[in-house]
Amino acid sequence: MNIENDRITPLHGAGGEMMGKLLAEHVLPKLKHGTPGRIDLTAMDDGATINLPSSGELVMTTDSHVVKPIFFPGGNIGTLAAAGTLNDLAVMGATPLALSLAVVIEEDFPIADIDRIVASFAETLEGSDAAVVCGDTKVMGRGEVDGIVINTTGIGIADPAIGDAGAQPGDRVLVTGSVGDHGMALLAAREEFQLETELVSDVASIWPMILKVLPLGGIHAMKDPTRGGLAASLNEMARKSKHCLEIEDAAIPLRPEVQGLSDLLGISPLTVANEGKAVLVVSPEVADQVLKTLQAHPLGQDAAIIGTVTDAYPERVILCTEVGGRRFLDMPLGDPVPRIC
Amino acid sequence: MARPFQLSDPKRARQLADAIAILAPPTPVKIVHVCGTHEMAITQHGLRRMLPEKVEVLEGPGCPVCVTPTADIDAAVQIAEQDAIVCTFGDMTRVPGTRLTLEQARSKGCDIRVVLSASEAEKLARETGKQVVFFAVGFETTTPMTAAVLLDDPSPNFSVLVSHKKIPEAMGVLLGLPGTNIGGYLAPGHVSTILGLTPYQQHLGRFNIPVVVGGFEPLDILYAIALILRQIRDGKGFAENGYPRAVSDTGNEAAQALIEMVFQSAEVGWRGIGNIPDSGMVLRPEYEQYDARRRFDVCGETGEEKIPGCRCADVLTARAVPADCPLFGTRCTPLTPIGPCMVGTEGACSIWFRYGGRELP
Repeated sequence: MNIENDRITPLHGAGGEMMGKLLAEHVLPKLKHGTPGRIDLTAMDDGATINLPSSGELVMTTDSHVVKPIFFPGGNIGTLAAAGTLNDLAVMGATPLALSLAVVIEEDFPIADIDRIVASFAETLEGSDAAVVCGDTKVMGRGEVDGIVINTTGIGIADPAIGDAGAQPGDRVLVTGSVGDHGMALLAAREEFQLETELVSDVASIWPMILKVLPLGGIHAMKDPTRGGLAASLNEMARKSKHCLEIEDAAIPLRPEVQGLSDLLGISPLTVANEGKAVLVVSPEVADQVLKTLQAHPLGQDAAIIGTVTDAYPERVILCTEVGGRRFLDMPLGDPVPRIC
Repeated sequence: MARPFQLSDPKRARQLADAIAILAPPTPVKIVHVCGTHEMAITQHGLRRMLPEKVEVLEGPGCPVCVTPTADIDAAVQIAEQDAIVCTFGDMTRVPGTRLTLEQARSKGCDIRVVLSASEAEKLARETGKQVVFFAVGFETTTPMTAAVLLDDPSPNFSVLVSHKKIPEAMGVLLGLPGTNIGGYLAPGHVSTILGLTPYQQHLGRFNIPVVVGGFEPLDILYAIALILRQIRDGKGFAENGYPRAVSDTGNEAAQALIEMVFQSAEVGWRGIGNIPDSGMVLRPEYEQYDARRRFDVCGETGEEKIPGCRCADVLTARAVPADCPLFGTRCTPLTPIGPCMVGTEGACSIWFRYGGRELP
């Protein structure tokens, strides 16, 4: 009998010896982290425990990742899963504590790719104290799932949590770096476009950067502009706060490659996903200090103040264009690039 | 972060806006353009906000997908139902016909392909034993490409359902329609690279109306509007080139010759306007063998174009802006388009929806 041992088989998801071996050899050794509770991942119990802190709020988030291609310029689905979950916690103002890692893998998926994905996942967690405390592995037949799907749930502690509804007139709107990089990099990487660019995804855990600005206070709202891009995040912040966000188009950081690609494809860079950025609404008194602190961090070098909160058109976003015009920046119908996160 | 050079310098734009304010007449003036790319630039850059209140800019019949009449969609559907592969541009598959859109025909088992050019459809014909029909829509910018394919000894199983249209003729007819009140035309830069200025002079000269060819960057458009207003102030009305870095007075004569060799003018229908003499293209007798209307059984369906509540016809004739339509942004969105102006990505409704084009109150 010829057993292929470099590919995923249905047995790898069947809960027996094969699965145990896969986890012990390819997954667990890479996930070396502290333990937030008495029963951790290495216990391989039915659940994990997390010690509750004496103060603050528990923040919980979950995300399923279905990116195509699975390996893209600047990262892979493992980077994305870890960063996506940490960033959701970060923009809630929450210190990441624990993560779950559940994977659904297609039969015949290369185990070497699992190695790379798990390594990227672990590497992305490094800037935080978060530990993977539980997980799950399932295998589906050929054609039943496209390669690999990862679901991650994250738990963090915030004191207090920062929502996305707290914008107040007079506040400044900041973005932590260039927008549209992830969506456009993925689009360019897809075979059908046959484009050659230097563009890489911005996928990264922004927690180490957000950690620096939280102590400054004055952060009234925060979001990570993933699907639907900056346009969707700004509109949500305007709607929930019932105020108007007036944005200076020329102040939005944009890479020339992203601008060029967006002109070529007719897709606005403001509507495609970012995976390593945050939008912050902060009180005017701290705006400059927040900006300087962001810019001092490697992930925030291109951070910029891009607008102001007003009462001009409640629940709407106004874009003041470079040339001197003004228009509404509406909520996009959806992300123009499918399967990006 | 450094941005690539764009013709959107705010200082120069302000200077042009100031010039426009000085040149604008005391009475309202309506400027009409006929190009989706113009609408995109105007809306995306918020240029309407830079114009005096009395200067209005509207998109007329500028989206080739939008002006294609129902009867032509019906013909494409009928041909697809006769076991031919119908190839066309992406947006066309979603435009409503009398019975079906091409997209709906596809879900009923017809073979509908989206292509980027006539040559791609012809290449497909060489690779398959089946009949392949290219549903050719577009203005003078795309017509030469269809002509080039037909002149290059196409595969015998290839044919064309011609729905090419001529923009200057439509611009002339629009002036005669009730309620259009057009004070000047911003003529399309792309089409004009092919045509030059002569056809505008020929079809619009007698109306004594300013026709200024404009480019697509914000400064191009503001400049062209300033030229239109200057003509109005001086009581003039002639074809003027506001985009000399791309357009010459005589146009692209090689491309004009291609069109002339393969096509001749004919009266055709425009959605929202009706039939216009000499405003469309049919194949010359030498190329009739490639005419899909002859090769297939195409019986005239009524081509009913009235969609209840939809104001596409008014939008296409510059008698309304998208926001005037009760369906705009409510029942009619790019995901669930009701009228063709929301289907075509160059349609005014689609552009206004995607770029927040409603006038700021």
